[in-house]
Amino acid sequence: MPWFTRWRNVFRSEELDRELRDELAHHLAESSERLEAQGMSHEDAVCAARRRLGNYSIQKESTRDMNVAAWLDQTRADLMYGLRQLRLSPGFTAVAVLSLALGIGANTAIFQLVNAIRLKKLPVKDPHELVILKYVQPSHRSGWGSSRSGEFTYSQWQQIQAQHEPFSGVLAFSANRFNLSRGGEPRFAEGMYVSGDFFRVLGVSPIAGRTFMAQDDSASCNAGAVISYAFWQRELGGDPQVLGRKLSLDGYSVPIIGVTPPAFFGVEVGVRDDVAVPLCADRLISERSRIPLDYAWWLSVMGRLKPGWTLAQATAYLRTTSPQIMRATLPSEYNPGFAKLFLTNTLEAQAAQGGVSDLRRRYEQPLYLLLGISGLVLLIACANLANLLLARATAREAEIAVRLAMGASRGRVVRQFLAESLLLALFGTVSGGVLAFALSRSLILLITSSENSIYLDTGMDWRVLGFAVGLAILTCLLFGLLPALRGTRLSPACAMRSTSRSVTTGRERFSLRRALVATQVAFSLVLLFGALLFVRTFCNLLKSDPGFRSEGVLTAGIDLEKAPIPKERRRGLYRELTEKFSAIPGVVSAAQIDATPISGSSWDENVGPDGAPAATSHKRAWFNRVSPGYFHTMQTRLIAGRDFNDRDTLSSTRVAIINEQFATKFFPGINPLGHSFRIEAQAGKPEPLFQIVGVVQNTKYEDLREDFRPLGFFAAGQNEDPGDGTNFVLRIAGSPASIMRTAKNAVAEVAPSIGIQFRPLSAQLTESLLRERLMAILSGALGLLAMLLATLGLYGVISYMVARRRKEIGIRMALGADRSGVIRLVLKEAALLLFAGIIAGTVISLWAGKLAATLLYGVKPRDTVSLIGASLLLACIALIASFIPARYAATGDPMSALRIE
Amino acid sequence: MPKSPNDKLQGTLTLLILRMLKSRGPLHGYGLLELIHAVSNELLQVEEGSLYPALHRMEQDGWISAKWEITDKGRKAKMYSITARGEKQLAAECEKWTQLTRGVARVLRYS
Repeated sequence: MPWFTRWRNVFRSEELDRELRDELAHHLAESSERLEAQGMSHEDAVCAARRRLGNYSIQKESTRDMNVAAWLDQTRADLMYGLRQLRLSPGFTAVAVLSLALGIGANTAIFQLVNAIRLKKLPVKDPHELVILKYVQPSHRSGWGSSRSGEFTYSQWQQIQAQHEPFSGVLAFSANRFNLSRGGEPRFAEGMYVSGDFFRVLGVSPIAGRTFMAQDDSASCNAGAVISYAFWQRELGGDPQVLGRKLSLDGYSVPIIGVTPPAFFGVEVGVRDDVAVPLCADRLISERSRIPLDYAWWLSVMGRLKPGWTLAQATAYLRTTSPQIMRATLPSEYNPGFAKLFLTNTLEAQAAQGGVSDLRRRYEQPLYLLLGISGLVLLIACANLANLLLARATAREAEIAVRLAMGASRGRVVRQFLAESLLLALFGTVSGGVLAFALSRSLILLITSSENSIYLDTGMDWRVLGFAVGLAILTCLLFGLLPALRGTRLSPACAMRSTSRSVTTGRERFSLRRALVATQVAFSLVLLFGALLFVRTFCNLLKSDPGFRSEGVLTAGIDLEKAPIPKERRRGLYRELTEKFSAIPGVVSAAQIDATPISGSSWDENVGPDGAPAATSHKRAWFNRVSPGYFHTMQTRLIAGRDFNDRDTLSSTRVAIINEQFATKFFPGINPLGHSFRIEAQAGKPEPLFQIVGVVQNTKYEDLREDFRPLGFFAAGQNEDPGDGTNFVLRIAGSPASIMRTAKNAVAEVAPSIGIQFRPLSAQLTESLLRERLMAILSGALGLLAMLLATLGLYGVISYMVARRRKEIGIRMALGADRSGVIRLVLKEAALLLFAGIIAGTVISLWAGKLAATLLYGVKPRDTVSLIGASLLLACIALIASFIPARYAATGDPMSALRIE
Repeated sequence: MPKSPNDKLQGTLTLLILRMLKSRGPLHGYGLLELIHAVSNELLQVEEGSLYPALHRMEQDGWISAKWEITDKGRKAKMYSITARGEKQLAAECEKWTQLTRGVARVLRYS
């Protein structure tokens, strides 16, 4: 294989040289020996032998050329040359590699996340065949939505399972968080209930034991658990005898029957489902099984398309079968009006090769936006490098002119320039790649809350690799090609003549660099503006008044699921716990609330004011259930009327406290105190009536970003059906640690099997703003980086201009221009660039602002204050940066500037 | 450089080298020169300048192989010998050469 040795010889050139030398030396020896034998003197013979061989060096080189791949050899030489050039200017190299590494690192890290939540397919067999069944929106359903992304009831699943023409198999699952501990502090594992066919339809085979079979998910339900590889390693220490070991899931003991492969994380991107149990186990594990309930929407259904079926055909099929499914599964308690609506629901199939993901819904748009932002930063970095390289090319003008004049081809010189850029891009990409892996980990941490751990596979795959390599090539061309072409375009004679003989520089060649700097300024203005918008959004949300004071409030979640406490005792127990918590030293006050605000739980009902029926009112309000003292504990103002008290019991009139928004919506213009309202009831039961006894200020309910909603509060003491879990809020003035300890003991005194979990309310609030925080931090950091790079660029161009115009400035000063005049001259140049950049940047910002519109809170996408702020910040920094070279120009001695030749 | 009178041999250098190596290999570069000179009754004098590039190209093309050996005179020399591929090449070049000379001879005989 001649090409192989030719390639190899490029990299063993010393050895090759030695062999050539030896061979020619042998030839000369033989040849001179022969001549000597013919009677020449030794010296003459040696000389004659050399003459006969011809030019020794040419001889050696042409022989060498036969042995190496010439283009590769030249490339190697170019790279070595580039390396030497870079070593000669370590400052430049460091700035270049660092800015590239930051740019490429940020881009790659964000791309890794985009890849993980959007582009990657599920690690199962033929993921492109998978579809997920969804209700066509808007759908008409109401009832109990008890799990993330739950769409179907159990009876609907049975209907779908019974006839699924387009699918070779269907599966159902329901995400569930299982408590692994047996009382006290809970320890959670993400998991799911899955249909018997789940693993078979996905095509996931176990690495140990077995997965489920259809008979595992049957009425008799001999439940076992299939665990993930990670769970096996983490929780069970990779125990080889894992099969048959028992797991406690929400207090119910289940044997492990199989382990899934390491790559399989479930079907929800962002969550690693560690434990899977059959659907039927819901009967055994949940206190209130959802299987018999026709209004519990807890299942997601996926199918695998049969060969030849398309998504559209599957949807068409589902549309025809939907009426039948709805008729067969109509929840019995719907009133006739809503039942009619329910029957119009239809189903459709959506592609599910990427699985389902809550994370994707929340973060896809922000991540694309961030990718755009970091892309701009990289562009700015490239412009910067192009500028620096242009300056270097100009400095080497004379050298290049000489080389061109002596016959070097332009292509070869361009290649030398490009080799240097390629090396920079290479170093930048490698260090950027390393940075990216650290960055993407920290990004995941930034959006991870204590409640929700996020599992994302951000590992290297061909997409990430391709992205990074693509970036490297693109950047290299972006910043390398232009200077290379510019640097070699001059005709040799002209370039050699022009070396600083003239007083001023040609404007034309310089204008490119000015355009580059103006572009940098424009882009960094856009980024700064964006950063300000996101930072202000985050601050607005932090400062926004939720209607209560979260600082100093500890929430305690109580879980009775495992405790042997009869239902009738619960109401009393909760009251007892409130009193116990209030009595703890350091606790100012305590109260019970069913769903803590901003926790994501919600409860909404149609409301009929003043005796009007609720079911047909089409006006909704949101609700919660609290104990006396709740508003006091949360420092929510009671505007009129009274708080709940201990006389509000099951035997007294049903009472409610409403917020201002509720009053405005349902009782406009009148005092709502003493009025009443109804909420919906199950079919056949009368709608319950509530008398309004108090009005409180507006509070946020589900999300800090929401507008105030109409809220109604019911008395905890009037709850006919208290659940097996509730929450308490404790306003504390002492150390949280000792209070938590005392509270835990107080609960354990009642029953040790009661679960309890604490969390500061303010942490819950901050964690609800993770997305906003991510945007603020990242866009802020990238905006500052952009500004720094643009400032560096401006500084570079201005100092370069000062250096080039040194003589002109000297003449001006010799002719009587004063220092301030010179400074003005230089600053005018900088201001011009800045002005052009800011104008262009403003136009782009106004357009780009609307891309971020949905992510903003309390600022408009075209917020002028932010725009002016960003412009001023940029202008100040940039002018300071150009003042330094300006002052340098002005302080120089005019004589030395003139004498510089 | 003055043109050597043997310039027209350039194209046939490969043929000569392969032919000599087939009968008398392995040989080193100088040995090949001597041999061609002697066998051709001192009619052919290969230009030394073109010998080594030719040898190395042929080696890369896989027609000849080389080995470093110590000669009878105790010198280290690169000894070339013909490979199987080289033999094929030799046959092809022989054929071409015969046709060329036959053709040229016919043209010269034309009257």
